[in-house]
Amino acid sequence: MNSQLQPVPWKLHLAVLAAALAFPFVFPSNFAVNFGVLALFYAFIGQSWNMAGGFAGQLSFGHVAFFGAGAYASTILQLRFGMSPWAGLPAAALAGALVGGVIAVLSFRAGLRGSYFALITLAFAEVLRIIANSTDLTGGGLGMLIPMKAGAANFQFAERSGFYYLILLLTLLSVALAEWLRRSRFGARLAAIRENEESAMALGINVFAEKVRVMLLSGALCGVGGCFFAQYFLYIDPTIVFGVDKSVEMLLVSIIGGAGTVYGPLIGAVLLALASEGTRAITQVPGLSLVLYGALLVLIIAYLPNGLIDLFKRRPQPRKETR
Amino acid sequence: MLRISGLSKIFGGLRAVDNASLQVDAGRIVALIGPNGAGKTTLFAAIAGFLPVDGGSVELLGENITGLPAHQIARRGMVRTFQITQPFAKLTVHENIAVGAYQRFAQREAAWEHARAIARQVGMERMLEQPSADLTVAGRKRLELARALATSPRLLLLDEVMAGLNPSEILEIIAIIRAIRDSGVTVLLIEHVMHAVMSLSDHIYVLSYGKIIAEGDPQQVVSNPAVIEAYLGRGAAGQAREAGAQHA
Repeated sequence: MNSQLQPVPWKLHLAVLAAALAFPFVFPSNFAVNFGVLALFYAFIGQSWNMAGGFAGQLSFGHVAFFGAGAYASTILQLRFGMSPWAGLPAAALAGALVGGVIAVLSFRAGLRGSYFALITLAFAEVLRIIANSTDLTGGGLGMLIPMKAGAANFQFAERSGFYYLILLLTLLSVALAEWLRRSRFGARLAAIRENEESAMALGINVFAEKVRVMLLSGALCGVGGCFFAQYFLYIDPTIVFGVDKSVEMLLVSIIGGAGTVYGPLIGAVLLALASEGTRAITQVPGLSLVLYGALLVLIIAYLPNGLIDLFKRRPQPRKETR
Repeated sequence: MLRISGLSKIFGGLRAVDNASLQVDAGRIVALIGPNGAGKTTLFAAIAGFLPVDGGSVELLGENITGLPAHQIARRGMVRTFQITQPFAKLTVHENIAVGAYQRFAQREAAWEHARAIARQVGMERMLEQPSADLTVAGRKRLELARALATSPRLLLLDEVMAGLNPSEILEIIAIIRAIRDSGVTVLLIEHVMHAVMSLSDHIYVLSYGKIIAEGDPQQVVSNPAVIEAYLGRGAAGQAREAGAQHA
């Protein structure tokens, strides 16, 4: 799947990067920068889902479990234990990885695959939502409000562009990780597992261990996404950060753009942000963005089953050099 | 190389493999033949760790590997192929073989280069960029072989790599298997194509209803009455002998 993609030319890389860097200067309005932050945020969490769901083919419906774990871990450390919100970032990664690892060990040990794995992850996310809803540490159903104290040291930026550049950096990091996956032995093993677990085992691949590893990685990234979310919106509650909509957004971004590809989630994220923010800008009809997004989803699944990235894919041609 | 002692595998009331013992010496091509449903593939799956065994032991290179998980057995050098080919369908031929090659080389360049060399060895160089889903039956069989070979195994378990091939393709794969043996890899194969078995094998085991009923070199095995009866039915050996006598 991956090798049929021609390598994206480095000029295009540079152009996209330059455009992303210049975006807050060209469009300095709050609305535009907020749009950029959301698009990059969707890209980042979409990429985290893509590691497990796309590259390794472990379709999770409950990635929000890692997202919420990260959001709560960093917020609890900050509000209950007075730690710097920046320390929340690694803590969120750790929390996401931990939840990812536990869910992975339990469900893969039990041999759950495909739709059964999707359902069990959904169930785990719901369990976490209910726990967060009913304990004092998390503030229960009232959620947790992070007090506004603008300042970079406080992980709050007076200018939204501060958040923009932070999430841009995180997204670049996730793309670099995905690119490494595409080219590494680990990634090749994940692709083998996605395509046929029996064959992968026959060739000596420890299918269980590799699947747990990718869930650790995916969970860690997703947890970081949760921490960013909490700091950006300054409020979390169980329905927001453990709700099923976030899981769906992550997998849609990835699948619509192109699951298992490096750049698919970026394309899907821009589209999701356009659909949700764009429709809100031109009309006040509530829910129209979802109608639009749903219609796009139907069209894409019907005509581009490998995702929007197919539009950018040139037909594979015989090449002398295959590396 | 491989010693199987008293191996049994039971499905419910059926003894699919019943107290089977066989031995594969290093550097040889050993064939396992038998009528359909005799338990050959089950035996393969059991020794390769894909099915739990219900009795007996498997020794590879002098170490007991009974009950080890499949990937550990493969890493110890015994790698199986599948009778019903299981390619990584959305990956290209090169990527498929590279998955095997990565077991030996951690670096991408080395693994891909090794995969290319293996493709050359099995005559698939020109198909490297094809998605494996587009391969013909012969191509898929070769890919199974190539992927396993790319892991640098000590012992290859080949499950009917010639089924569904035409005569010229069979001749090609016979030459490939012989070359693999000559490169130092021991081969245990399940095969129905008798002329291939006869020309390739140094030693043959015959499995029927889960039991090893005969063994020996190819000539001994085909003239063994028990083998003829297993394939053609009880009394067939006697009838064959009488028919032969009448003609004479």
